[in-house]
Amino acid sequence: MSIDWSVVQMAIPLLAEGTVMTLKIAAIAGILGLAGGVALGLISLGGLAPARWMVRAYVDFIRGTPLLIQIFIVFFGLPAMGLRLGEFWAGVIALSLNCAGYVAEVVRGTVGAVEKGQTEAAKSIGMTHGKILVYVLLPQSIRPMMPALTNDVITLLKNTSLLSVISVYELTRSGQAIIASHFAPVEIFTLLAIYYYAIISVLSWISRVIERRLPAW
Amino acid sequence: MTSIAPTPVPRGLKPLLAVRDLRKSFGNREILKGISFDLMAGQTLVLIGPSGSGKTTVLRCLNHLETPDGGTIELLGEPIGGAYMGEGAKWRALPEADMARQRRKFGFVFQRFNLFPHLTALENVAIGPAKVLGLSRKEAEARAAVQLTRVSLADHMDKRPSQLSGGQQQRVAIARALAMEPRLILFDEPTSALDPELVHEVLDVMAELAREGMTMVVVTHEMSFARRVADHLIFMADGEIVEEGLPEAVFSAPREEKTQRFLAHVLNR
Repeated sequence: MSIDWSVVQMAIPLLAEGTVMTLKIAAIAGILGLAGGVALGLISLGGLAPARWMVRAYVDFIRGTPLLIQIFIVFFGLPAMGLRLGEFWAGVIALSLNCAGYVAEVVRGTVGAVEKGQTEAAKSIGMTHGKILVYVLLPQSIRPMMPALTNDVITLLKNTSLLSVISVYELTRSGQAIIASHFAPVEIFTLLAIYYYAIISVLSWISRVIERRLPAW
Repeated sequence: MTSIAPTPVPRGLKPLLAVRDLRKSFGNREILKGISFDLMAGQTLVLIGPSGSGKTTVLRCLNHLETPDGGTIELLGEPIGGAYMGEGAKWRALPEADMARQRRKFGFVFQRFNLFPHLTALENVAIGPAKVLGLSRKEAEARAAVQLTRVSLADHMDKRPSQLSGGQQQRVAIARALAMEPRLILFDEPTSALDPELVHEVLDVMAELAREGMTMVVVTHEMSFARRVADHLIFMADGEIVEEGLPEAVFSAPREEKTQRFLAHVLNR
């Protein structure tokens, strides 16, 4: 097999454009997904029973259906509801909703795993559920949450490639465009893999730095 | 099993804590089969008995860390955890905020300390006054410093629990309870998780509290402490009060066979 180096050379700067879009999508969806997921996680830990039940159902739906289907539902569903936001925002919203479901589970699981004695001690000095969560359980959960949250963000970043199916011009889509005009699928897909791998390596490194800087006791 | 009537209360004096027919089961296992006692303000009540006798469950029911299945607990005449209401006298549990307000009148010292690991000793003690009683941060920390000094930890206020010995941690836990200015403090085997050489520093603090007039209920296996500090001793076995009275009387002349066997076992070790 021979590698067409001229295509590779030409593709490297072209793919950079798609990379910027991928990073933009991942950043917005990551922030929305984390914020939404923490909010959902808190509801499932301390909310009223009906709210907890709704979060449960939501997380079940997100985990129990393929992301590709969720993307299509949002992509075609939003215009059906009269919201014409375009493929970029449809994609961002779909990824945010998906990420939030997984983050909610991480928050619920980690906070729920704090030793029972901590809650009892907080109760014994008269704290109510909300205060126990804010002052005792959450501060102790942030560090142990980091590895799982990093995983969720990495998954989110990889999932941005699925937005190529709704014509968002992100990294994968920009690669496909090059393949269509130059027909060098092996070169381009390999190049795409390298791009994703590099981005994710940087992400993992940032996460490790943050985790090291978080207070330990 | 002979059931012994609660200690008669002197005329005109109301008990601080009145417990009647306290019952609790876990699944099919009946842990408490009807526990009753009174506790006067300033008294130290010590509960002893073999493991599994229900001592700890009594303590945890008093401040509703466990919800009792039956019976009543009254602190200065106020029913704890709820009340029997209406014609059928149905039990109504208190809303969470009211339960929390009642709970802070009971200090609780845990066997395994249960300090907050992310906070310093000072913050551990100050967090209750600050976040529950609504004191300013400065006032709360001043109060915490007073209580930490009281348990001889003035030099360790800025350390986290992981930097303190077991005995020091337990004294922080006592200071944390004291800072809420509780009506009484419940101690659940406070020295059982400690290295033997650290036991005395915690017992000394507790004896000092008793001397100063703090009302306390203590579950312990430290028989010499029970003998020295208790105003009233209760021996429990199989979820019931088997025998109770002045510690001197129970220790030197136990009437019940179960008490005799237990004491023979723990005192001749």
